[in-house]
Amino acid sequence: MSQPLRHLLSIGDLGRAGIERILDRALSFAEVSGREIKKVPALRGRTVVNLFYESSTRTSSSFELAAKRLSADVVSIRASGSSVDKGESLRDTVETLSAYDPAAIVIRSPHVGAASLVAGWTEASVVNAGDGKHEHPTQALLDVFTLRQRIGPLEGRSIWIVGDVLHSRVARSNILAFQAMGARVTLAGPPTLLPRGIEQLGVEVTPQLDALADADVVYVLRMQQERMEAAYIPTLREYAQRYQINPGRLRPGQLVMHPGPVNRGVELSADVIDSAVSLIGEQVKAGVAVRMAVLYELLVGSPRLAAVA
Amino acid sequence: MNDSRLRQFQAAGPPADLLISSVYVLDPRSGIDGARDVLIRGGMVAEVAPADSLEAPAGSERVDGRGRHLFPGFVDPHVHLRSPGQEYKEDVRTGTTAAAAGGFVSIIAMPNTAPPIDSVPILEAVIATARAEARIPTGFLAAITVGLGGRELTEMAALRDAGALGFTDDGKPVTSAGLLRRALQYQRLVGGALALHEEDPELSGAGVMHEGAVSARLGLAGIPSVSESTFIARDAALARYEEAAVHFQHVSAAESVEALGDARIRADTSGVRISAEATPHHLTLTDEALTGLDTRLKMNPPLRTEADRQAIVDGLRSGLLTCIATDHAPHARHEKEQPLEQAPMGTTGLETAFAAVFSELVRPGVLSLALVVERLSAGGEPFGLAPPTIQPGVPANLVLINLEGRWVVGAHGYRSRSANCCFDGRRLWGVVDLTIAAGQVAFRATADGGHPHRQEDR
Repeated sequence: MSQPLRHLLSIGDLGRAGIERILDRALSFAEVSGREIKKVPALRGRTVVNLFYESSTRTSSSFELAAKRLSADVVSIRASGSSVDKGESLRDTVETLSAYDPAAIVIRSPHVGAASLVAGWTEASVVNAGDGKHEHPTQALLDVFTLRQRIGPLEGRSIWIVGDVLHSRVARSNILAFQAMGARVTLAGPPTLLPRGIEQLGVEVTPQLDALADADVVYVLRMQQERMEAAYIPTLREYAQRYQINPGRLRPGQLVMHPGPVNRGVELSADVIDSAVSLIGEQVKAGVAVRMAVLYELLVGSPRLAAVA
Repeated sequence: MNDSRLRQFQAAGPPADLLISSVYVLDPRSGIDGARDVLIRGGMVAEVAPADSLEAPAGSERVDGRGRHLFPGFVDPHVHLRSPGQEYKEDVRTGTTAAAAGGFVSIIAMPNTAPPIDSVPILEAVIATARAEARIPTGFLAAITVGLGGRELTEMAALRDAGALGFTDDGKPVTSAGLLRRALQYQRLVGGALALHEEDPELSGAGVMHEGAVSARLGLAGIPSVSESTFIARDAALARYEEAAVHFQHVSAAESVEALGDARIRADTSGVRISAEATPHHLTLTDEALTGLDTRLKMNPPLRTEADRQAIVDGLRSGLLTCIATDHAPHARHEKEQPLEQAPMGTTGLETAFAAVFSELVRPGVLSLALVVERLSAGGEPFGLAPPTIQPGVPANLVLINLEGRWVVGAHGYRSRSANCCFDGRRLWGVVDLTIAAGQVAFRATADGGHPHRQEDR
């Protein structure tokens, strides 16, 4: 086993061995999810705080379920209605919560680097559940998990990430994760939504879908209405014409993924979403097991804490 | 008010009487480059004589200058003193003390205070504060537009009469070309110079760092280099058309240096006066430093790429960039202790300017010591302030530095009220021993450990 991991702030903290270790454990937790009583006692008596400064359905619910299935006590805090709303600083909030002696703080923030800052202010392990447009490492883990289940090792595979890369933390974490697992990554989308300089991560970058047949996996990003208002794209209609992933653009054998929530008929056609090539349902299902494995890795798996226990 | 010395203000103190003996004097303006005795009497340079030739007159102190360098004192045309209104970040006393500790003998304060310095009563109030509290001569730029709002001109003539050295909306560009043109016309009428913070707000957008590979990786909105360079090109053209005096602040991008080069070629045939600053941080750091998301490295304009940094160094060497300015921008701990996107822009710099440039550029042989001393002391010229020089008959404005001394930035705190220094934790060469500003001892290193620049054992 390599370095004990205290926080999960970036997918870059893990490396291939770390990703594989977590995903192997996730596989055994997926088995727990199939049981009638879906709990293991690993985190009994320990507290996990979910601190969500952004609305999120699947990430927050799957973190909550993951912690509960590990028998942790869970406190979930959302920005609205809490002291966060009343102007309390992030640091003050974290210090207040730290008084409960949590084993882990899971944080989702609209700001880049929020999770790293929190890690500097608390004794708890910190899990980055999304920090602005920066990273979303547990999404990347569950995506790699889903793909491994379906197609085995990613070594040498071609994965295209299509759409609004500029505003996507999922794209940033997934580029690093896919590359760590040996895949080749191509970014495709309108030039306005491909960040200048991103090619220095070692990815191919193209504004065209002409060569999409090269992809084994097409990872589609969410296209939001507000991108139109800020003139990143002229209209959603034109975007869909040029960049929508639909049966006409896919060749047999390609798989389609999406981090959700999907705008049906914009970045993905409805028939693709509901077809056998779509892994979207499996991605959601993987979320709980993978997040259980992450919490386990940080709170039980590390020698530092294992020695105390 | 035509004498620009009347546009600088400081607290009265006793004039210095001392002999600095056997010190290595380097003054690019007087041409001195060698060991000398320098006698200061009644705050004036009385004599510059061969080393070990002078005796300290009765009643005056002798400072042993062996192993030390004596330079003309530094002049910083770009300081945020935060007074009035934000004294929790800095005030006139702490800011000028920090400046003196960094070897500065004169600074120019920016008007983006709370309220902004955009009217005569507010300017008179800060001048009164400076007369009571400033450790070194301090001048003020007044706002170009009322409330820094970019809509109406301030009473530039009245502000100039009341003591403003010039005008700036620093922190923001004057976005309207039409309004800037009127300001340039007024500048010609009243004198001084317009100091311009150049960026196109539309191109900068919500950017928080340089747009490039690092911002792409971090998911941070970028500020493209052309945001700055297009405005410099525009405003240089306007200044030439109006034959006005403009000073481009904190130039950060290679494209901007190019634009300045183009402007300079055309400037020679007209009455326009163009000067420009480089900051120690843009001369020595790049956007790669942002990888750790340290908010002390967030400033505007942002740290850019290695190619930009080299272009700034080259521009300083060639003289397109006429001076070094710190853009000393103090912020409180709680303000900088936020996610990078929320933290305010700015780094402190008065206490580290010389040491940073000396350590990173002079010691490795990139720039000569004489050039750096010249650029560090040239910042007042665009605003009519004669640069300090070491020769008999002029007021003593000088700094004594131990170039072999090494210190860790921030290890013993700061003289500034704020600690948001982008060089925090770095080991730098160059320890200021003594600063004499306008004939008064403004800073003196003490042997005890309380001195932030305490020299380490070598």
